Amino acid sequence: MNSVLRIVLQRLGLGVVTLVVVSFVIFVAVNAMPGDFAQAILGQGYTEEAGEAIRREVGLDKPYFVRYFSWLGAALTGDFGTSFAKANFAAYAGNTAGSGLDTVAASIAPRLENTLFLAGVAAMIAVPISLVLGLLAALYRNTIFDRFTNIFTLSSISSPEFFLAYILILLLAVLNPLLPSLSNVFEGMPFSERFIKTLLPALTLTLVVTAHMMRMTRAAIINLLASPYIEMARLKGISPMRIIVVHALPNALAPIINVIALNLAYLITGVVVVEVVFVYPGIGQLFVDSVKIRDIPVVQASCLIFAAAYILLNLLADVLSILSNPRLRHPK
Amino acid sequence: MSEKEVLVTIRDLYLEGRTDETWMPIINGVDLTLHKGEVLGLIGESGAGKSTLGLAAMGFTRDGVRIKKGSVEFDGIDLVNASAAVKRGLLGKRIAYVAQSAAASFNPAHKLIDQHSEAPIQHGVMAKSESEADGIELYRRLRLPNPEQIGFRYPHQVSGGQLQRAMTAMAMSCRPDLIIFDEPTTALDVTTQIEVLASIRDIVEQFNTAAIYITHDLAVVAQMADNIKVLLKGDEVEEADTRTMLADPREDYTKSLWAVRSFQRPKKPAVQKGAVPVVRVNHVTAAYGTTPVLFDVDFEIHEGRTVAVVGESGSGKSTAARCITGLLPPKEGQIEFEGVAMPADYRRRNKDQLRQAQMIYQMADTALNPRKTIGEIIGRPVQFYTGLTGNERRRRVDELLAEIELEPSIYHDRLPSELSGGQKQRVGIARALAAEPKFIICDEVTSALDQLVAEGILKLLARLQDTLGLSYMFITHDLATVKSIADEVVVMKDGKVVEQGPKDEMFKPPHHAYTDLLLSSVPEMDPDWLTNLLAERGVDNIGDAAVDKM
Repeated sequence: MNSVLRIVLQRLGLGVVTLVVVSFVIFVAVNAMPGDFAQAILGQGYTEEAGEAIRREVGLDKPYFVRYFSWLGAALTGDFGTSFAKANFAAYAGNTAGSGLDTVAASIAPRLENTLFLAGVAAMIAVPISLVLGLLAALYRNTIFDRFTNIFTLSSISSPEFFLAYILILLLAVLNPLLPSLSNVFEGMPFSERFIKTLLPALTLTLVVTAHMMRMTRAAIINLLASPYIEMARLKGISPMRIIVVHALPNALAPIINVIALNLAYLITGVVVVEVVFVYPGIGQLFVDSVKIRDIPVVQASCLIFAAAYILLNLLADVLSILSNPRLRHPK
Repeated sequence: MSEKEVLVTIRDLYLEGRTDETWMPIINGVDLTLHKGEVLGLIGESGAGKSTLGLAAMGFTRDGVRIKKGSVEFDGIDLVNASAAVKRGLLGKRIAYVAQSAAASFNPAHKLIDQHSEAPIQHGVMAKSESEADGIELYRRLRLPNPEQIGFRYPHQVSGGQLQRAMTAMAMSCRPDLIIFDEPTTALDVTTQIEVLASIRDIVEQFNTAAIYITHDLAVVAQMADNIKVLLKGDEVEEADTRTMLADPREDYTKSLWAVRSFQRPKKPAVQKGAVPVVRVNHVTAAYGTTPVLFDVDFEIHEGRTVAVVGESGSGKSTAARCITGLLPPKEGQIEFEGVAMPADYRRRNKDQLRQAQMIYQMADTALNPRKTIGEIIGRPVQFYTGLTGNERRRRVDELLAEIELEPSIYHDRLPSELSGGQKQRVGIARALAAEPKFIICDEVTSALDQLVAEGILKLLARLQDTLGLSYMFITHDLATVKSIADEVVVMKDGKVVEQGPKDEMFKPPHHAYTDLLLSSVPEMDPDWLTNLLAERGVDNIGDAAVDKM
């Protein structure tokens, strides 16, 4: 058990290093893009003087390595800075900066919450479906059922997300008005309404992630079916379903857990298109908007959240795979 | 015999296995009759179709195997045409199976007792609590140490011999009418094998269970079976009751199987006093990382002699070989060749020093590069050590091939996959000879081979020793091999040498207690051997031995 703890601490330490590297890469990349926040926000009305004023206001006049390290120093103490966009509007409205509403944390928090909610609903639908389909496909391998499941999940993963989204809107919102096609959730909305509004984007995401998880479940189990202990179970007269669920599945958990973790990370980081189609106020939309106006602090923080999601979910998957191995759970 | 009820009847059974796209025959028209409470031994070399036939008696075929024609009847039920559900109802309940490798055949994710009571629960024979209590009782009868608790462990927490007995208990869980034992002791050390054999025999007798006992070891089958059936390449050679079969086999093939263990080297004169040994392992202590594995190991190997290093798995035999070759530099002590100390690490030995110690491995399959032809495999060390190239190299390779009795014109350009197991092992020998060494380490070179083929390899090694004056370090756990070829014996246990000396002395009492246990555990062809041995040792001793191994 101590070894697991050591792995966790080691990986967390490496995770922090990864996050710093990610933040640097993002910073360099955003700076390398043509134009900056001042040009983006002023657009047609851009003049040198107005541009300089805005740059001074948000600190863009300083050399960029100074900006990076002052940001990094603040981030390490938990302060992710001020959104350029919010700071700007606050200044025009005559408020003094630092009222608390304009921090990056404040602008990201509700969006992140929405994204996690959507990811959670999608995962709750997709993971059980994938596991059950994978188990059934392994049980009825090479039958019509197996082929059909494979073709269906593969086609859904191969289609563009917006296409799937529009098909679902057509089927479930237009032809059969069961679900709302707009997912404009807001704060203070009752849970049930929020859940209903989230269902269509969640179903779209389910179609996108199911194939990967289901196919890995099927492959991991079929891979074990040639092992002597499965033959032993067959020779004990155990039913095929029980062989798959009781004898093969517990030994196939490690690869399955890893694929589930990868897909959960995708649900958090890769949902921009679905959010746009359903007008869902998640972190993906905020991220794209911030890139457009070169709002570096928000881009930075969003990227760090995405990277952290990958790191933490993979770490969780590794720990769970280790714990799923009885040799490690019950040492000699 | 005739008054007993018939349990299994196999008539004119033909089985086929698919290789690539064609179906090849595995079993060609075998008949088999088994009565209730009777034990039938099935013996034959690998590829004879023993396991396939044993499984077919359960109505089971592995993937890629099919029944072409013939009938299998179990207690009046036609297993060939029975539905999957009918067969599932019989398997585990009335017909059970004990596999060769218990370690691989127990599910690593579940406790032993849960796997034990799975069949009784699923077949509705017993409730969980009842079946667990019965399991503990069976563990006790099979003399497993700590029967109350051992079932609540996971397979990896239990030793191989104990697992094999737990698997026999599991097969007994529904009190079946028939158990198929598929080489249940082949993977075990001799001392462990005895415990398992005795347990299996007892329990089969107690419950009057019929059994088919599959093995390639004649001495083992002699202890276990009422009748013996000999198979060769899917055909039945002959069947008779055990005593008749041992005393008076009818067929030549059976006689040749029986004769294998009679190969014996003549005794050599004693080594002269003061002669410098070819290899001296000088008080070597070694460790893997911080885990010590060898303790003050000290022995010599003289010119033209074979020193057999024996012991159970994990006793440090192969580690000693790794020290000699320099793969594992010793912590203390040194390796001397002809009186000169060698650099401990093989990377610091020069070509001539490397040439001195050659190895032949247990698994010729994995020790030969599958992508190189035989000529390249042997030619590479020829060129490396002797500097011969072109036609000279080719001539030397052909010489070596002739030496190992493989026709050069046929085998020079073949790939290892086109050779049989015995032929591959011969190529391994030729590759060692290519360096023109004085000393060869043979690491379990015959244990993966059938007895007839193994005998051929032993004879070849003996002839090479006589003509080339080679010295061998012969690592083995098979004492029959030791008897036939060794001059001297080194017995190892837990990384220490417990006893060493000339073979004749070693096989004569008095021995070190461990050597005695080892020697007396080697099965003999006498059908009463196990019974006598158990009487001699007293049953309790076996239980104690098992506890010691925990």
